[in-house]
Amino acid sequence: MSATTMLDSAAEFDVRDYLRAEMMPHFLCPGCGHGIALRALLWAVHELAIDKDRLAVVSGIGCAGRLSAYIDASTFHVTHGRPIAYATGLALARPDLHVIVITGDGDCLAIGGNHLIHACRRNLKLTCLMLNNEVYGMTGGQVSPTTSETRVTSTTPLGNSEPHFNACALAAAAGAGFVGREVTHHVPKLKELIKAGLAHPGFAFVEVMTDCTEIFGRKNEMGSSAEMVLRQKSELRPSAYRDTVDMPFAAKDLPTGILARNDRPEYGEAYRRAAVAIKSAADNPAAGRKSRQ
Amino acid sequence: MSAVLKPKSKLIVCDGNEAAAWAVAAARVEMVAVYPITPQSSLVEYLAKFVADGRLAAELVDAEGEHSVLSVLQGACLAGARTYTASCGPGVAFMFEPYVRTPGLRLPIVMGIVTRDLLTPQSVWGGQQDAMSVREAGWIQVYCESVQEVLDTTIMAYKIAEHRDVMLPVNVCHDGNYLSFGAARVELPDQAEVDAFLGEKDVNWHVALDPRRPMAVDPLTGGAVGSGPATFVRYRKGECSAMQNALSVITEVHEEWGRRFGRTHAPLVERYRMQDADYALVTIGSMTGAAKDAVDAARERGEKVGLLKVKTYRPFPVQAVAAALAQVKAAGVVDRSVSFGWNCGPLFQDVIGALYHAPRRVAAMSFIGGLAGADITTGHFDEAIRRVAELAQGAAAGGTVWLNEKD
Ligand code: SF4
Repeated sequence: MSATTMLDSAAEFDVRDYLRAEMMPHFLCPGCGHGIALRALLWAVHELAIDKDRLAVVSGIGCAGRLSAYIDASTFHVTHGRPIAYATGLALARPDLHVIVITGDGDCLAIGGNHLIHACRRNLKLTCLMLNNEVYGMTGGQVSPTTSETRVTSTTPLGNSEPHFNACALAAAAGAGFVGREVTHHVPKLKELIKAGLAHPGFAFVEVMTDCTEIFGRKNEMGSSAEMVLRQKSELRPSAYRDTVDMPFAAKDLPTGILARNDRPEYGEAYRRAAVAIKSAADNPAAGRKSRQ
Repeated sequence: MSAVLKPKSKLIVCDGNEAAAWAVAAARVEMVAVYPITPQSSLVEYLAKFVADGRLAAELVDAEGEHSVLSVLQGACLAGARTYTASCGPGVAFMFEPYVRTPGLRLPIVMGIVTRDLLTPQSVWGGQQDAMSVREAGWIQVYCESVQEVLDTTIMAYKIAEHRDVMLPVNVCHDGNYLSFGAARVELPDQAEVDAFLGEKDVNWHVALDPRRPMAVDPLTGGAVGSGPATFVRYRKGECSAMQNALSVITEVHEEWGRRFGRTHAPLVERYRMQDADYALVTIGSMTGAAKDAVDAARERGEKVGLLKVKTYRPFPVQAVAAALAQVKAAGVVDRSVSFGWNCGPLFQDVIGALYHAPRRVAAMSFIGGLAGADITTGHFDEAIRRVAELAQGAAAGGTVWLNEKD
């Protein structure tokens, strides 16, 4: 048994069972955090024993958007910003499927921000995995709505001056049934969070803090991919540590874990129930009139 | 294009995306809104860099999508700013709603299209399907052949767009991958001379968001009911006549550019070795370079072939095309995009429409190549020349020829 499989709590999990071998080698840069996030997702799918034939993955455009093509399930690589909208149609038409959206910060919060807030409001059963690396990686490192202030990107050469989104606060405020955040530094915790999101009977928004090592990391002189992952760790520690041990890392106060949860009715269920009620009222107009009196 | 360097110009080496950014700086654009998309991304990065360097005194908005990009520019232009953006492919598709409104508002916005093929299948490579798909929306569209032409035309576009007889938005199209990333030696004109060429900015004398002269911009007009469609018809007719005015304005502006900067570009169409030609290729964009090489080689073999390059595609220079092709027996039109309902290229449709005005029938056939970044080589053009020669000798035109079908 290899060291890798020993690390996996479910010994029989082999990521290759969930990947399309013919799509390898993948296109991600060395050290990119997206691969860690993909593996955590597939691990969660495995532990929940979700049948690949009942798994649909919809992804948008960007480095995160490319991930769906690597998954051995029913996958759809859609237009920029729209994966939640496509997934809404898919999940309503096929409530028997597990529908997962993989999206990035630009895809989900900039060009597709509208769809996110309405999916949260509707609370349709979908799991939305947003990989947040603070940048448009694929097009060469332009500023995104989650780029921290002062960070250098190729469209903010003097440092970003716009405030950034707190995606989890946004999703929670818009009414998402489940909201959580984790970092790629904590793979088992990330897997557990994704599992909880997948099991939630409503709209689950999971933000994964991940590193664009090649573009964002280089531009901001954040060191190797290992150093970038360590930085994530320092951002999670109490501020006392930051001021001493982890300087010069910037403090970010990044809460992780399940951040919001509610039991609002799931939209698909509610819709189907309402449809049955409307149909029976139409079939039996006398009863309908009476009930309105 | 002549090669006499004007005393105060500078020589630089850059690609088409950087050339467009230099032109934006030279035109003293005041508001730029952008959203990155392959293969346009480096263009917006150059703009951001020029703003950071102080070379371009513009506000740069990193908008949340192309739909917002063009909406931001409409607001800025109505407030009196000279504006610029660039996009391509799905980005142009996403901005379609504000895009179709811009000509009706008569806003002289200049927008580069770094042409890219449209989805689906997924592709990030060059092709002109994006620009061609919006050809009937009322924007002026010009297509460039070289990096220098991108720079010069982007500056000229402001003079055309802001001309009081035109007042229409302009797309300066340059081929994604080929011109966007192909580097060349380029002459950067002197700033004072560009200032003198462009003159005073003139963007919102007719429609403005200005507290000193309040107006309701674009309220609901009458239709089949109510006050009737007269206002709507007046707008549409106005756009159409502005488009026709643009033919002479584009020509005058190109002539003035040639006089001032010593570098001339054909404004509407370029005739290449067309004198005494028996048959001709018709091209658009950067493919023209390889096509000219193929024409030169055929001429050396004694074949009487010429070439007509279409630079201005909207308004379509109907009379110039008809006149240029009137003497040939056959024409082969090469498109880098598809007209689905007609099963041919869109430029081909326009050319056969123009040939209705020719004194006698000219046989024509459609070639489609260069989709999704495919190369149209001199070999492909050799093949096209051979087929058009057969057509000139009386062979049947047959269906559309797909040049890269077996590549
Ligand atoms: S560009 Fe950045 S986000 Fe994209 S694959 Fe490379 S490291 Fe990852």
